[in-house]
Amino acid sequence: MTHISVKVDGTTYQDEVEPRLLLIHYLRDRLGLSGTPIGCDTSNCGACTVELDGVSVKSCSVLAVQADGGEVTTVEGLAEDGELSALQRAFHEKHALQCGYCTPGMLMAARDLLRENPHPSADEIRHGLEGNLCRCTGYQNIVRAVQAASEQEVPA
Amino acid sequence: MIPPAFDYTRPTSVDEAVRALADAGEGEDAKVLAGGQSLLPLLRLRLAFPELVVDVGRIPELRGVREDGDTLAIGAMTTHHDVVRDPLVRRHAGLLAAATATVADPAVRHRGTLGGSLAHADPAGDLPAVVLALNGELIAQGPHGRRTIAARDFFVDYLQSALEPDELLVEVRVPKSDGWGFHYEKFHRVAQAYAIVGVAALVRRDDGRIAEARVGLTNMGATPLRAAAAEEALAGAADAQAIARASDAAAEGTRPAQDVSASAEYREHLARVLTQRAVLAASGMG
Amino acid sequence: MTDQAVEPEVGRARPRKEDARLITGQTNWTDNISVGGLLHMAILRSPMAHARITRVDVSPARERPGVIAAFSGADLAEGLGSLPCAWPVTEDIVLPDHPPIAVDEVRYAGDPVALVVARDRYTAADALEAIEVDYEPLPPVLDLEAALAEDSPLVHSDKGTNRSYVWPLRTGEDFDSVRQRAEVTVKRRYHHQRLIPNAMEPRAVGVTPLAASGEYTLYSSTQIPHIVRVMMAVVTGIPEHKIRVIAPDVGGGFGSKLQVYGEEALALAVARKTGRPVKWTESRSEGYLATHHGRGMIQDVEIAAMRDGRLLGLKVDLLTDMGAYLMLVTPGIPLLGAFMYPAIYKMDSYDFTCTGVFTTRTPTDAYRGAGRPEATYAIERIMDELAVELGLDPVELRRRNWIGHEEFPYTSIAGLTYDSGNYEAATEKALALFDYDKLRAEQADRNHRGDSVRLGIGVSTYTEMCGLAPSRVLRDLRYAAGGWEAATIRMLPTGKVEVVTGTSPHGQGHVTCWSQIAADVLGVPFEDVEVVHGDTKAAPQGMDTYGSRSLVVGGAAVHHAARKVVDKARKIAAHLLEASENDLEFTDGVFSVKGSPDARKTIQEIAFETFTSHDLPDGLEPTINAEHLVDPDNFSYPHGTHLCAVEVDTETGQTRIRSYVCVDDVGKVVNPMIVEGQVHGGLAQGIAQALYEEAVYDDEGNLVSGTMADYLVPSAVDLPEFTTARTETPATSNPLGVKGVGEAGTIASTPAVVNAIVDALRPFGVHDIRMPCTPERVWRAVRSGKEARS
Repeated sequence: MTHISVKVDGTTYQDEVEPRLLLIHYLRDRLGLSGTPIGCDTSNCGACTVELDGVSVKSCSVLAVQADGGEVTTVEGLAEDGELSALQRAFHEKHALQCGYCTPGMLMAARDLLRENPHPSADEIRHGLEGNLCRCTGYQNIVRAVQAASEQEVPA
Repeated sequence: MIPPAFDYTRPTSVDEAVRALADAGEGEDAKVLAGGQSLLPLLRLRLAFPELVVDVGRIPELRGVREDGDTLAIGAMTTHHDVVRDPLVRRHAGLLAAATATVADPAVRHRGTLGGSLAHADPAGDLPAVVLALNGELIAQGPHGRRTIAARDFFVDYLQSALEPDELLVEVRVPKSDGWGFHYEKFHRVAQAYAIVGVAALVRRDDGRIAEARVGLTNMGATPLRAAAAEEALAGAADAQAIARASDAAAEGTRPAQDVSASAEYREHLARVLTQRAVLAASGMG
Repeated sequence: MTDQAVEPEVGRARPRKEDARLITGQTNWTDNISVGGLLHMAILRSPMAHARITRVDVSPARERPGVIAAFSGADLAEGLGSLPCAWPVTEDIVLPDHPPIAVDEVRYAGDPVALVVARDRYTAADALEAIEVDYEPLPPVLDLEAALAEDSPLVHSDKGTNRSYVWPLRTGEDFDSVRQRAEVTVKRRYHHQRLIPNAMEPRAVGVTPLAASGEYTLYSSTQIPHIVRVMMAVVTGIPEHKIRVIAPDVGGGFGSKLQVYGEEALALAVARKTGRPVKWTESRSEGYLATHHGRGMIQDVEIAAMRDGRLLGLKVDLLTDMGAYLMLVTPGIPLLGAFMYPAIYKMDSYDFTCTGVFTTRTPTDAYRGAGRPEATYAIERIMDELAVELGLDPVELRRRNWIGHEEFPYTSIAGLTYDSGNYEAATEKALALFDYDKLRAEQADRNHRGDSVRLGIGVSTYTEMCGLAPSRVLRDLRYAAGGWEAATIRMLPTGKVEVVTGTSPHGQGHVTCWSQIAADVLGVPFEDVEVVHGDTKAAPQGMDTYGSRSLVVGGAAVHHAARKVVDKARKIAAHLLEASENDLEFTDGVFSVKGSPDARKTIQEIAFETFTSHDLPDGLEPTINAEHLVDPDNFSYPHGTHLCAVEVDTETGQTRIRSYVCVDDVGKVVNPMIVEGQVHGGLAQGIAQALYEEAVYDDEGNLVSGTMADYLVPSAVDLPEFTTARTETPATSNPLGVKGVGEAGTIASTPAVVNAIVDALRPFGVHDIRMPCTPERVWRAVRSGKEARS
């Protein structure tokens, strides 16, 4: 067991964990933060994408011990005081989700993209989201949503 | 799926890391955890069962890029994301920046590291062939100090590098390639898939002709390869036709695999076509 | 309030009610279940395609700390029946037993052989490694044609054959006779690779038992909670009324969750044995073995025509890969296509035969489109071949044969009565959006120049049978259940509305659309409607969601139930307003007396009056709630025209979709934004079949494309921007005029893309490329075409 301290969506947690515990299972099974799902075992699908120390990561391919001392933001931490972020609003308004399983990861990846490139072209958006698979939307409305959000305030 | 259990240590210096690897000793399978973007999927699929994982993610000296005369020295734990954006890399090793930008996806590039992907020695990875084309050198530190391994000696076999079990890859050194044209031509079926074949081309022009060309091949054998015959034939090429002719030799001496994504024959064909395209782009003669 | 009409909800692009939770992570996936004492189940699966099990020893697993129990197949055999096949398509179908966990023999790589339950998922995964199993290998059965040979090894040795069934459909003139009078015949063989559906949410099952009362709540990531409940009663022997099935948030299905899975029965069995709650979640690579696949078919197709292009007849012989067992509707999937091969065309003869074949691979079953994409592919591919043979433009050949809009209703040669359609309008619109003539000119120019990058144009028209299904038709097809759908509407005392639906959404947006439908009929605000679904206790009657049926059948049921509520409310309104029912008008939720606009009652007021029941007409039942079940009397028939332009790099074989235009006619539209989204997603999956995806097996029957790193699900980079448009020819078989849209994109896009690739390569003598059209296959086709010509 290894002792870790991780701040998740603003709350600091201290736990003893097995070194092999994946960050995604730490979030879901230990902290009960089930907003972030798991979609694969090869880091292809991106459903589990969260922010770790300011950048997007696939939490199925990070050990909880690697996040020790770090700060994690998940989809559950995006809205502030009940106010949806521009990306969340755009996903809703542009119908950028159907079953919603890829949505947490897609939102986190899109947020990362806009941080690096506040006004991406449609092509840049597609490349920025290439690590996040969606089986429902054919991506077109996701691209539209990210474009719409980029024309608004850039998420912090 | 779930990784198997392992012991874990997180050294804070290279010396400590090397000691941990050395202490693991004979028979105990220790794995170095860099960014984890190759290792964690392997663990999750239970294709690897290390007894000890040495996490080198908190060793500051392993990160960053510096100039050392005519060479760029890149810390093994520099992430792909940082490599792509590093001004020194972009200025002096544009090929590396360009190829690294094609690795996996943004989230993976945030965690994955240059050293990790080289030490993994996957011939389908993009960066081994690039470092090979750049005539890079890899610095390994073991219990008895440091040694320098030329890239051409580093990749021994499929997923096997020249690193000893108690050695840690600490730095990647690439000669500055200022003034060379470069291009990485990656051919894959979907954005996230490994390259069926990739070609890393570096071209130095002189007086309207190719003075020297270096061509690294991704996924054309058990290790990354140089297209030596094509390189030789490219010297002196002055136009697209000459490049095309010379590129016909790109698959000579390669032994590509036959697998679910392509036959060996098709890979050989791609090596020729993509070499032509990469060299054309790198030479500006296209 | 004036008489100013409120804008109808139906037809509005309402952003979805479903989204609020999904974009904030307040979700309820099955894997989220966390209750005290929860056991995690892990399943050991066969590493071999076919083998006899000679020994299973689970005791080493049982002894590990944290492991509560471990079971072999034999340990669980008692009390677990065979998994059901609800569609035995012929009287003499070979229908083998399908134990949820193998006892004596494994028949595909992934067949369950043992399981453990432990205190957490990590312990459970570790314990699997301790189980000892000895196998005696048996020969795999992988080739559909070889499997039918006399001397083939057998998947089910006790059955004496790998042939599950032969199902014929012959209509009109005898095909041999039309072949004789035909001026042209074209015969081709097409292959549909196996596909893995890849819903983004892996499957998961949870069971919470109440041991004392023998009650079980089964949570499952399923499209069909109602069917699962019935079937679990049959499989486990737990009385149906003691089983409650909940489909919580379900992350996509595409047919893969239209299934009754072994893991559902196993979780129930383990909960019954241990008395403790149990959860199982598949990993993606496990799901690639354990969740059913789709497609997997060889088609021999022959078309007979006259020189002027007029079609005479079509002959289709199918070999379809059932995999190792017949699952819920495995044998029926090709039958859903059987009626669609003649598509939108008129002809005199149709001769169809389907042979179901067992192989030692993961069972196949429904995958988006289910039979209809295969049918559309075959006819649309061979229409292009015929056009080449006749020297006709492929659009022109279609035009000469399709059913004219004035000919509806039209009974197709296969016997379906298409109620409505306008193929001319959809095609004209598509051609205009696509700029067909300009692209043809560019293509000619590239061909003339010998450009290494060629342009290809593919057209695909289609119709499909949606809105499954008239129960009597299902009876004739030997399907074991009906095709109705149920809705209940409850008017709450405060005027809010609960719509209870038997459909079970998993991404489609039923909550939003059913709210729109109910809001219009009842004249209540959209926001005031809540939709209850996916729980057999809360929504006890239903036939669930698949086959583009939910809106056509389930949405119609909501409409009818709402009408009944209004009718009931009218009686009470008349009583309260002291008017005759005939003198009442009902507009935008308000009953008013003709000629006395001040005499009015809102439907919300009626709801409250009903709740108190202080002043109801004598003898009237004190409720305005209503239930309605719809059993459709016909299918619905969406149609459309899709056009695809590709650029094919003849040096590498790489295909790039340059433009994609589709015009679909799905009848009336409840929510255009949702319809567009369904089309986009369908296109993505159809294109993925054409270009990227394939479940590849090696000669031993191992799944080689066994992880998401090897099975190529396309990302945003790999798909183009789509141009979508609609024509609107209302369906006549339901009051909403809707036709269904879930599968349309998948059905039409695959042949459009392949037709485009083949079209690009015609100058090289290429007339087919097997799917997926990988760069290597394209390159090889170009090369052999060139060689043949030189």
